[in-house]
Amino acid sequence: MSETALELTGVSKKFGNNLANDDISLTLKKGEIIALLGENGAGKTTLMNILFGHYVPDSGHVTVMGKKLPPGKPRAAIAAGIGMVHQHFSLAPNLTVLENVMTGTQSIWSLFSNITAARQKLMTISKRFGLLVDPDARLGDLSVGEQQRVEILKALFNDAQILVLDEPTAVLTNIEAERMFSTLKDMARQGLSLIFISHKLDEVMATADRIMVLRGGKSVAERETSATNKAELAELMVGREVKRPVRDASMPGNCVLNASDWSMRADGVDRLKSVNFHMNEGEVLGIIGVSGNGQSALAQLLSGISKRSSGTLELFGEQVGNLTVSDTVKAGIARIPEDRNHEGVIGDMAIWENAILERLSEYSKNGLVDRKAGMAFADDIIANFDVRGATPTRRIAMLSGGNMQKLILGRNLMKPTKILLASQPARGLDEGAVAAVHERILDARRNGAAVLLISEDLDEVMALADRIQAIVGGRLSPPVDVKTANARMLGLMMAGEWNTPNSESNYAV
Amino acid sequence: MRFERREQRTLFLVIAPPIIAIFAALFLSGLLIALAGAPIFEAYGNLIKGAFGSRLAITETLTRTVPLILTGLAAATAFRAKLWNIGGEGQLYIGAIAVAAISSQFLTGVPGIIQIPILLIGGAVSGMMLLLIPLWLRLRFSVDEVVTTLLLNFVAILFVSMLIDTVLKDPLAFGWPQSVPVDDEAMLPRLVSRSRLHIGLIIAIVLAVVTYFIQSRTVFGIRSRAVGLNATAANFAGVPLGRTLTIVAVVSGGFAGLAGAVEVMGVQSYVTTELSPGYGYSGIVVAMLANLNPIGVIFAALFIAAMFVGADSMSRAMEIPTYIADVTVALSLLCMLVAVFFTQYRIRK
Amino acid sequence: MSELIDILSSAGLWAAVLRIATPLIFGTLGALLCERSGVLNLGIEGIMTFGAMAGWLAVFNGADLWTGVLIAAICGGIFGVLHSVLTVTLGLSQHVSGLGVTLFAASFSYYIFRLLVPVAGTPPTIEAFQPIAIPGLSDLPFLGAAFFTQTPPTYLAIILALVMAYILFKTPLGLAIRMTGENPHAAEAQGINPMVIRFGCIIVGSAMMAIGGAFLTLSAFNSFFPTMVQGRGWICIALVVFATWKPSRALLGALLFAFFDAFQFRLQTVLSGVVPYQLFLMIPYILSIAALAFMARRARVPQALMQPFRRGER
Repeated sequence: MSETALELTGVSKKFGNNLANDDISLTLKKGEIIALLGENGAGKTTLMNILFGHYVPDSGHVTVMGKKLPPGKPRAAIAAGIGMVHQHFSLAPNLTVLENVMTGTQSIWSLFSNITAARQKLMTISKRFGLLVDPDARLGDLSVGEQQRVEILKALFNDAQILVLDEPTAVLTNIEAERMFSTLKDMARQGLSLIFISHKLDEVMATADRIMVLRGGKSVAERETSATNKAELAELMVGREVKRPVRDASMPGNCVLNASDWSMRADGVDRLKSVNFHMNEGEVLGIIGVSGNGQSALAQLLSGISKRSSGTLELFGEQVGNLTVSDTVKAGIARIPEDRNHEGVIGDMAIWENAILERLSEYSKNGLVDRKAGMAFADDIIANFDVRGATPTRRIAMLSGGNMQKLILGRNLMKPTKILLASQPARGLDEGAVAAVHERILDARRNGAAVLLISEDLDEVMALADRIQAIVGGRLSPPVDVKTANARMLGLMMAGEWNTPNSESNYAV
Repeated sequence: MRFERREQRTLFLVIAPPIIAIFAALFLSGLLIALAGAPIFEAYGNLIKGAFGSRLAITETLTRTVPLILTGLAAATAFRAKLWNIGGEGQLYIGAIAVAAISSQFLTGVPGIIQIPILLIGGAVSGMMLLLIPLWLRLRFSVDEVVTTLLLNFVAILFVSMLIDTVLKDPLAFGWPQSVPVDDEAMLPRLVSRSRLHIGLIIAIVLAVVTYFIQSRTVFGIRSRAVGLNATAANFAGVPLGRTLTIVAVVSGGFAGLAGAVEVMGVQSYVTTELSPGYGYSGIVVAMLANLNPIGVIFAALFIAAMFVGADSMSRAMEIPTYIADVTVALSLLCMLVAVFFTQYRIRK
Repeated sequence: MSELIDILSSAGLWAAVLRIATPLIFGTLGALLCERSGVLNLGIEGIMTFGAMAGWLAVFNGADLWTGVLIAAICGGIFGVLHSVLTVTLGLSQHVSGLGVTLFAASFSYYIFRLLVPVAGTPPTIEAFQPIAIPGLSDLPFLGAAFFTQTPPTYLAIILALVMAYILFKTPLGLAIRMTGENPHAAEAQGINPMVIRFGCIIVGSAMMAIGGAFLTLSAFNSFFPTMVQGRGWICIALVVFATWKPSRALLGALLFAFFDAFQFRLQTVLSGVVPYQLFLMIPYILSIAALAFMARRARVPQALMQPFRRGER
């Protein structure tokens, strides 16, 4: 039971001037579950990529079952029995489950694929660990939870003895996540060794035998789960005290936006099904839920870039039709898009051009762009929103994620804002930038804006929102008051369980 | 070998690639000239003499530059918005035949001061119409416009061939398939006497400057660049994708159609299926060498015109096939792609 | 009406269908292989031209016909290496790189041809492939003359389509190729090197394109002249979409296409004087555009098509 499955010795890796991993050592025993805990940018993913042969370490090495792995060779890692389950699935939606699992498992020059044997093996494994999927289904037709099962099956199909899971629950609902962790524990009982990466304290405490905490590329602590607690781990992980913004009590004013019975159908799929919500001045409405449940559709409708199939919208007391982008800009609806790099900015354009792109009519005369005013606006944003490393003529792609987000916030909030729509505003930002973004959102609320916050991060929603609704499968739950909400209740809401008769009464506003 | 993106682009890194690319292409073509058994330096000497060595040579080179500036602008404006208009050749022919048709059928005898503007607009509009088909197919059915514009080149040339064989056939051309000539009043005034150089050169240069101004200073300029660089973000910022692309297509197809019109009204006076030695395709190289900059287009077009005119006289002098010009032009495109890459990325150890 | 039936019932029409289809089959399969691995190869038009020239020139200088085909294939492969370096190693725009390769390959082949073959009033010719009657089958009434009296490259094209269908869908190599075209990062995670797969597919695919070109000068005609490929390469690119990236459908698509081409050619003689011949010549290009419009949204495009793969970048 105590034989060593995997050993990392003195691993270091540098990217430019950034020391992503600094002399990290780790030992994993057979049948053991280790959790790697750390914030974004702590070096977890780099470490796993070294382990799996995607990166070559600058120094240090990996030993599996007593044998040293050659660096930078994914094939050798697979052959040695390491299986990686990526956070963003490494799967091909147009191929079948079986094809996804089989890829690369047979000698590439053999004249035929042994499909029968592969199917047999897949069925055996999926029964043994209770990971049931249809081998002939097209992968793209499966739910996210099922796709993750395929990702795990793929590793097991390669006879993995050591499974590495990168944030396995990031895309799962609470219920799915619980099922996932019981499967993982079962695997460990059957002799597999597991490493999983997470920044969620609850699941780490509930699942791991041992916990290693990474911070700034260094291993700062290693604890037996039984000998630690969440408070200690949180402190180790962050390494400093971080203030969540303190907020004033909400003083909701008039209702500025009332959406009733919104439905949206796109590409033959019902993205939203008869959704109802309203927003008040000086109040934050939080929309929680696992991504892919209709958040994007909702944000697009309010951002004026798509049209609803049915339903009515009352804006500042007047019935209006579908919004266009220029409507939203004119009406003082500030929009923070879900995906900074793809929706929010145009990386190869200058900062000042990005600042005024959605207000070109305001910054132009007779079709000519008022460059001077645009630059001045960009300068104002940079100064007022503390955008670091920015000058108006620099390409915006040169900014870090946090500073880019500040610029996006700034170009909206520098103008009178009546409604703020923020989709995943803090996703992928470091703690400092998160605090700054949250501060701005609360500022807007204090100034009387009605805020819609769409987020997957429960802590974030709890910290900012006054009312909360959950979105599941395109449906929106009734709102609950944040003061009466607790994690368990919100978890159930995110799993779509707000209509069960015995719990309904709990959620009345 | 891995590459990483450079953070800063200095002015040197912007200007260097076309120059490096042209010299690299000339070096590689030099190897081919050597393969033909000719002395390389003498050959290039002949080429330069042929392109710039005399008053006639210079005016010929400039005459060739005119359609290349226009097709170059056609490609540059479209590529900037990532509208892959490879149909410049077909649009040029449609513009040319439209001019011949309108002038000979409707405007005979109308004074040049009125007739010429009408014909220039007519040529541009016709070229533009041909590009609107692939644009519509892209917006409506998501069909990649590269292949459709390419295929339409063949359709357009067959269409022209059909017209000059039937309704627009010149009865005085001894049975050769060539169109009736445009009216005398439709011919563009000469810029230099005793040469073929016409005021089309001024028109093309003015248009390049105007295009530069539009792209850098106007709302449409920013919008079309935004659509090309990141269509999703442009859409989020309220840039109307369909409308912006339609204007881009109108401008791009218009330039290509104008190239055909100017070539007929300035040089040939009638249309055959040999009107263009691939001006439409060379325009793509012009645009790429200019890094899609409209002012750069003028110089890139001059280089390519000089290659073609110079290669003609070099080939007469020393038994090197004139195709050497096409090879050099193609090589300069490939070298340019690589050179630009290295201004954006560096090799990471 | 009776004329139409005459055309359709002549064995000559059907024999011509296979002949016209052959270069399209090679070209479409080549383009399909490249695209299955995730790379659009617009070098096809130029590579076919070069293959036509290189194969012909080899035979003109005394090589036997199959050596000519082999030399064409090798030249195609070399242009494949060029396209691979541009699009895979450097990850440049596949559109522009492909056009660059086409411009270069086409002009280079004209240059070499002019350099090595003296200008003459009538273009020089070679002894082209002769039709081979398949014993037994060629004696069948009608069918024999229509389908089983073809030149060897035509049989090779059909066999190649079947072999490629088998490789893509029944072997680990084929799965690796498809995975690379769908998700190169997933392929890499399973120990497959997407760069190597793409290089291989582009080189082999380009060789097929060149063989398609060589068929024109070594079998369909017996001489080489500039612009003889006439947009066949672009038609192949359209046929790949029409075939929804499946080799068996590529075969059918090429045959269907060739049928219209052969049919319009015969219709021309019937309707000459009434309808200008250029209208008939437009049909292949217009059909290709129609096929694209019809299939573009229906087909499942390889997800990573036109996306350069850079290790460690998602």
